[in-house]
Amino acid sequence: MKYVVCLKQTPDTTELPKITPEQALAGNEGATLVLNPWDEYAVEEGIRLKERFGGETVALSMGPESVDQALRSALAMGCDRAVRLWDPSFADSDYWSTALILARGIEKDGGADIIVTGKMSVDGNAAAVAHGIACKLGIPLLTQVARVVDVSDGRITVERLLDEGRETVTAPLPVVISVVKEINEPRYPTFIRIRKASRTPIPVLSAADLNIAPEEVGQAAARVRWTHLVKPEPKKRQVTIIEGDTPEEKARKLLDYLMDVEKVL
Amino acid sequence: MHFWFTEEHEMLRQTVREFAEREIRPRIRSLDAEERFDRDLLGRMGEMGFLGVCLPVRYGGAGMDYISLGIVSEMLEWGDTAFRETISVHVALNSLAIFQWGTEEQKRRWLVPQARGEKIAAFALTEPNAGSDVAAMRTRAVRQGDVYILNGEKMWITLADVADHFLIFAKTDPNAGHRGITAFIVERGMPGVKTGTIHGKMGARASNTGWIVLEDTPVPLEHRLGEEGEGFKIAMSALDNGRYTVAAGACGVIRACLEESITYAKQRVAFGRPIAEFQLVQQMIAHMQQRLEIATLLTYRVGWMKNQGMRNTRETSLAKWYATEAALASANDAIQIHGAYGYVNEYNVERYLRNAKGAVIYEGTSQIHTLLQAQYALGYRQDKPLRCELPPYDPEEWAREA
Ligand SMILES: Cc1cc2nc3c(=O)[nH]c(=O)nc-3n(C[C@H](O)[C@H](O)[C@H](O)COP(=O)(O)OP(=O)(O)OC[C@H]3O[C@@H](n4cnc5c(N)ncnc54)[C@H](O)[C@@H]3O)c2cc1C
Repeated sequence: MKYVVCLKQTPDTTELPKITPEQALAGNEGATLVLNPWDEYAVEEGIRLKERFGGETVALSMGPESVDQALRSALAMGCDRAVRLWDPSFADSDYWSTALILARGIEKDGGADIIVTGKMSVDGNAAAVAHGIACKLGIPLLTQVARVVDVSDGRITVERLLDEGRETVTAPLPVVISVVKEINEPRYPTFIRIRKASRTPIPVLSAADLNIAPEEVGQAAARVRWTHLVKPEPKKRQVTIIEGDTPEEKARKLLDYLMDVEKVL
Repeated sequence: MHFWFTEEHEMLRQTVREFAEREIRPRIRSLDAEERFDRDLLGRMGEMGFLGVCLPVRYGGAGMDYISLGIVSEMLEWGDTAFRETISVHVALNSLAIFQWGTEEQKRRWLVPQARGEKIAAFALTEPNAGSDVAAMRTRAVRQGDVYILNGEKMWITLADVADHFLIFAKTDPNAGHRGITAFIVERGMPGVKTGTIHGKMGARASNTGWIVLEDTPVPLEHRLGEEGEGFKIAMSALDNGRYTVAAGACGVIRACLEESITYAKQRVAFGRPIAEFQLVQQMIAHMQQRLEIATLLTYRVGWMKNQGMRNTRETSLAKWYATEAALASANDAIQIHGAYGYVNEYNVERYLRNAKGAVIYEGTSQIHTLLQAQYALGYRQDKPLRCELPPYDPEEWAREA
């Protein structure tokens, strides 16, 4: 079995409020870059799949050299290998072109049985790349995966998180799954793995390696353009402190409030 | 000359910061209020490799260098002092002493389980009546054939009620002053070993500090670390490592004070302006930044010297003295910037002040370091080579599996 985790490097969420729309549009956030938090769950699941069903887990990302850091984080968590896809022509690729590049990268690396992605990225928030990869590779896509029930006889069975519960579905391999945060708790890298990961060279595949022409990717091929960007007003929150002599009394008051005032129960 | 951390160092810093952010900070207020030592977190730290960070892989460690020991200390104390104290005693004062002075057999037996986090270790030098004046200790070790019989009391010992192994210093020759001290590895469960916790500490309340009593405890010969009479040198060389982690931890305190003061000063409005715009507030911020840079440079120079295998007693003492005083001053300023909000435990800064006060007392009071620095400057003190020096860091040697 082979699992490929597609991941992205994004600004540290604690620094997101500091980034201006102008910086974001220019693609120059000036923030600390980390492994996209949603992708941490994907990396963790990629490693768990290997631990449960055997095989190899590869971390894959499209981006410039700075992305090696995110790939090294994945290695430190437990991925076996990492591959980076980069070429100057890849800059400013939209979701669709990114999906094309990743799909070609997967093919070039010898394919995969299960491709794992996070739900979305904290900067783009589009949740579109997983769809694109499945489309380009012509294989099924399972989104909102909250549990991998089983992988056997060339099929995968998963639980999907829906608004009103969970559904269990199965699909033939190879498959793309995009996972939600309910699926696992990402592990911390061990220090031994950090030491090894920091010394592991990460191979880079170029446009030529992937057989991608300049007009297929980058600004040239972009179907999505960011025309303008606004920052939402900070939410004004009001805090009510529930007074009471005992925890029971406070809980009763909270319950009354939720039922009578907020009507959420 | 260069001043960069490596990619490995940066990844380690990021990981420990995340660990402190997610695991320590959310629970520290209650741990501190309830004086509770969190054993679960200790277990997780062991699994990740904290407890053997700079030890070779073949001794159960993570195979990182001595600068990494500083980074781990700094970022843990950015979370809370208690967790850095664990690293100071378990790794720096105890495990590195065994690594430096122990026989191969002793390393296999005690160092390996410690580095893996399966056994926890403490360092017991201080007694009720002997702190700065180490040679005044009264704990006795009397040799009877192949065992020593130990009697005495140790006090203010970090992890006293948690540790499995204790590095105990005792007099084998009460008439020989500091030359009459010998070091022993004592295990919990040996006859006559009792421990207890001291309550009511001002700071580092999520750490465990206590006492150890030894009553006719038979300690076999193979538990003696180093030669008879070598205990003082072992203790002082261990302190060269412990003080380094205290200095690094103090950098973490200053960093936390600075970060939280900046955030607060920008959002707190007085006289129609964020207080960050007042120059007297800026002065406090500037001082914190200055202290952070100086403390960091002094501290990581020591880490670098350890990597090279250079003797660093003088530099370590200076770094510890400066950094801990700087942390105390920074915590004091951080409270001032927070005004009344800084005076209650709703914010972290009052805890930083209580924690920072301990570090100018343990591992050599500021007065002792002042004296040491004067003696070095005046030429009254010189460090002689030791029988066993701390091995310099060698990445390949450290990564070797067997
Ligand atoms: C939280 C905490 C954890 C600790 N953990 C450990 C541990 O794990 N292991 C361990 O062995 N010990 C530990 N200690 C003990 C610590 O190392 C001692 O408290 C320290 O060495 C000072 O000794 P003392 O408290 O006996 O003070 P004293 O030595 O009695 O000093 C009292 C005062 O006199 C001053 N003074 C003493 N001698 C001189 C001098 N010659 N010139 C000028 N001034 C002087 C001191 O600076 C100080 O201000 C810990 C202490 C604390 C608070």
